[in-house]
Order: sequence, then C-alpha cells, then structure tokens
Amino acid sequence: MQGYNEEDYLLLSGIQHFNFCRRQWALIHIEQQWEENVRTIEGNHLHRKADQPMIREKRGDKLVVRALPVHSRELGITGICDVVEFVRDPLGVPLAGEEGTYLPFPVEYKRGKPKRNDSDHAQLVAQVMCLEEMLVCEISKGYFYYDEIKHRVEVIITASDRERVRASLQEMRHYFERNHTPKAKAGPHCQSCSLQHICVPEILNKKSVSSFIESRIAE
Amino acid sequence: MKKLLNTLFVTMPDTYLSLDGENIVVKQEESILARYPLHNLEAVCTFGYSGVSPGLMGACATRNIDLTFMTRSGRFLARVTGESRGNVVLRKEQYRISDDDRRSARVARNMIIGKIYNHKWILERATRDHQLRIDMDRMKKVSASLTEIMKQVREVEELDILRGLEGTAAVQYNSVFDELILQQKDDFYFHGRHKRPPLDNVNALLSFAYTLLSNDMKSALEAVGLDAYVGFLHRDRPGRESLALDVMEELRGVYADRFVLSLINKKLIHGTGFYRKENGSVMMDDDTRKIVLKAWQERKQDKIIHPYLNEKMSWGLVPYSQALLLARHIRGDLDEYPPFLWK
Ligand code: SF4
Repeated sequence: MQGYNEEDYLLLSGIQHFNFCRRQWALIHIEQQWEENVRTIEGNHLHRKADQPMIREKRGDKLVVRALPVHSRELGITGICDVVEFVRDPLGVPLAGEEGTYLPFPVEYKRGKPKRNDSDHAQLVAQVMCLEEMLVCEISKGYFYYDEIKHRVEVIITASDRERVRASLQEMRHYFERNHTPKAKAGPHCQSCSLQHICVPEILNKKSVSSFIESRIAE
Repeated sequence: MKKLLNTLFVTMPDTYLSLDGENIVVKQEESILARYPLHNLEAVCTFGYSGVSPGLMGACATRNIDLTFMTRSGRFLARVTGESRGNVVLRKEQYRISDDDRRSARVARNMIIGKIYNHKWILERATRDHQLRIDMDRMKKVSASLTEIMKQVREVEELDILRGLEGTAAVQYNSVFDELILQQKDDFYFHGRHKRPPLDNVNALLSFAYTLLSNDMKSALEAVGLDAYVGFLHRDRPGRESLALDVMEELRGVYADRFVLSLINKKLIHGTGFYRKENGSVMMDDDTRKIVLKAWQERKQDKIIHPYLNEKMSWGLVPYSQALLLARHIRGDLDEYPPFLWK
C-alpha cells in the first residue's frame, strides 16, 4: 500500500486544532509555538501512553483497552485513542492472544457536556479510520463519553465523514509540506483560543504599514 | 498582547539562587533571604557573580524565564537559554534578508526612521513643556533638520548611505541633548557620547540603561523565534546581538534616554552616587544602581498606547511588540516593518 513515512506523520490531535482554526493548527504543528496549556494537554497524552501500555480489561463480551496508540500509513497520521472497546462479534476480526472475533469502537473522553462540535467529531472519525487500517476491518461507529453527565453518545460514521477527514488531512499536508502558516481569519472563536497572545489576529486587519509611516513622518 | 511579568534583579554578589519546588530561593551564606514563585517571573538578572543551581537553570530554561548574568557594572556576561523554539522557516527568511543588502536596508531604514522620529519628538516635547528654560531656536532648527533627514531615509536602499544619515541625525540630536538636563547641572552634563569606558555620570547612566534595554530586546526577539545575533543594519560579528541592536535603535531615545533624564530631572539620583576609577571611567555605587533598577522596573509597568497596534500596553512590552511585528513582516504578513513611533 502506498502511504507516508513515519517521520512525516501528522498528529491526529491536530485535526481538532485544524478544524477549530487553520492558523492555530499551523502555529502548533508547524511552528511549534504552543503556549503552556496546549503543551500540557499534549504532554499528558504522552504520559498516559507511557504509564499505561495497553491495559486490557475484560468485561463479559468486551475487552477495554486504554491509551491505545494508533496510526494510519495511508492517511499519514498518528495518535492515541483514549479508550478502544473491542466487542465480541461474529463479523469481527481475530485479535492476537484472544479467542473469537472482535469489532473495535473508539471512545473519546470529553470534559463537560455534549455540544455539537465538528472538530471533536472529525477526530473520532480519524481514529476509526486508523483502527480500520490497522485491524483490517470496517467500523460503523464510535462514542463520546462525557464525564460531567457520565454518559456516552453513539456516533455513526458515514462515508461522507471519512471524505471530510481525508479532505482536511490533504489540506493540512499541503500547508505542512510548504511550511506555510495560513493568515488569520479572526473571528469570535479567537476569544477561546489559547494562542491568541502569539497570533495577535488583530494585526492582520490593520492598515498598511507604509501609510502609517508616511502619515506620521508628514506631521 | 501577552502579560508583562516581573523581573527579579539580584544585585548582591555573594548570593546563591536555587530551586525549591516552584520557587526561587535566594540564599546568602546559609540563611534564606527571599523566596519568589517562578510563575510570576519573566526574567532573572544577576549583577556580580551570584551562583545559580543547575536545577534552577533548568527550570528557567523550560519555562522560558530569561536568566542573565551581568558584571556589577552591568556588562553582559552570559545567559541561560532553553531549547530554541521551533520555526526554522522564520529564521531562514531572516538570514536571507540579512544576506541581501537591499532587503536589509529596507527593514533597517524603518528602524532608523523610528529612531529619528522619536528623537525629534523628545525635543519637540521639551520645547513645549519647558519653553522658558530651553533654547527654542536651536531646538526647532534641530527638529526641522531631523525631519529632513527622515524623509531622505525613507528613500534609502543602500546600507552605507543609511548609516551615514543615521550618523548625521545622531550628531544633531547629541548636540542639544545637554539642554534636556534641567536639574543638577554641575553633576550631570552631556558633552558627547563615549561608551568604553563612560567618562561622566550621564554616559555611565546611558550605558547602563542601554544594557538593560538590549537585554530585554534580546529576550523579546528570541521569544518570537528570531535570531538576536543576525541583524540588518548591524553586521554580523561573533558574539554581537546585531538584531537586538537594530531594533533597539528606535527605542534608545524614547525608552532609555528619557528614563535617564527623568532620574536626573526628578532628582532620584545624585552626583554623590558615582565614583571615578583609576582609568577615568565612571561607575555608579551599589545604592544608585539599586535605585536605577527599581525605577527601571517601575517604568516598565507604565502604560502607553502602542502607536501602530493602537492597543494599551505597558512600556515593558514594547520590545516584545516590536519583535512580534518584525517577525510578522519577515514572514510576509505585513508590508513593512512598523517602527515604534512615539509622540
Ligand atoms: S487567535 Fe484566532 S486566528 Fe489566531 S490562531 Fe487563535 S483562533 Fe486562529
């Protein structure tokens, strides 16, 4: 299969940044100009990975695996799934060291309550696509688990979801290969952006520097 | 804009700084003098040969807290820097501009415009505020000629011509600088600029203020991912922070000179706080240095409206905002570099 080399993999978590704001993604993933809070979030992810290498938990027909590293050579991404549930299913695939056949479903943990948010959604879809490629199977759904209401929500993954993720990744690739940070489209979302102080989106809406200098000198 | 945090100045030479959890501990012999939480600090600057534990150096490096060592007289010695922040692309473009005289000149000329503009308005303000004390004719003449030079600078595309014009403007400004000293004239006078070594009180103060400013400028440039050592107007020389010196040009007058003038004119410092060494160089005593550092720190907290960004910020963030704007120009987001034009 044709695909990307490991050293060119993008971080799966970037899809969420990218959908939130292309520039935010580029600042973090191309320029590595993250602020402390973003760094901490990414850092925690890595920690969990190191601390809990594939803890398997059996619950009846289910096998629950935490902090599972996933990747897709075809998409050129790598990341970590919070939780993947393997459910016994005659239509599933065999797993190393286990009896029977299983189907995997990623469960992404979210702080707070459900909110309609496409950036989270794309992330889950990308996880599904990684799992499909790694396990050679087809996965129809995933879940969000909201810790505030201690409740999970099922998400059906459609062909057009997959298409959207592919399109996003293609665009990310395009910027990544040219090392290009797209200009800011400042908007209300900037208010909740942790990179606001680095990005300073207002600068891009300013008048030209030439006219600023000319008018000042003429005083 | 980001928030301005504190700088910790350590002026006692026989102290030792170490890390305790999330705090800096300042020790002398075995006794603990003070303890400061790291998260409130932007920079630590020591004068004299204070020791610092490797643990604290590491903590500063990972948190981007600038740790600098100076001699007691304020000469730069060394600096602890962490892993440099990403963005190779930005730096490469900076190097490309630096290698190209014409492109360098186009950026550098705006910094020089900033310098001359600010000098002009320092003079204009003085004529307005102290009409009865100042030789108005001389001031107005110098101010007019600075405007003329500025207009020429705007067209320059050659570095040598730019340096020439900058020199002419500096001579003009220096010729009336002494007029701006309104108090304690017996102890504080300006008969020309000499730096190595400073031979009078005013030059000693200016040198010290420029060191503090260049130190802030250097950290600001590095914080936005630029290389402080590769400049446009100042050519590369090993160990010289050319870009910091470039951007500093526009801030010397408005930031450092005005600071020095206010120390003198408000009588915060006195002639007795200075002494002359065998070689004729003038130094300030420990108490005076403490007063100067404290005033510097307070000055940084004062608020201004940034002329281009039109945003309220503290003076202490001006070096950072200029570094940020320069990076924006280098990466192509802004048509030119907007200098800090104060009025
Ligand atoms: S401040 Fe706005 S434009 Fe800049 S990265 Fe954040 S969301 Fe994007």
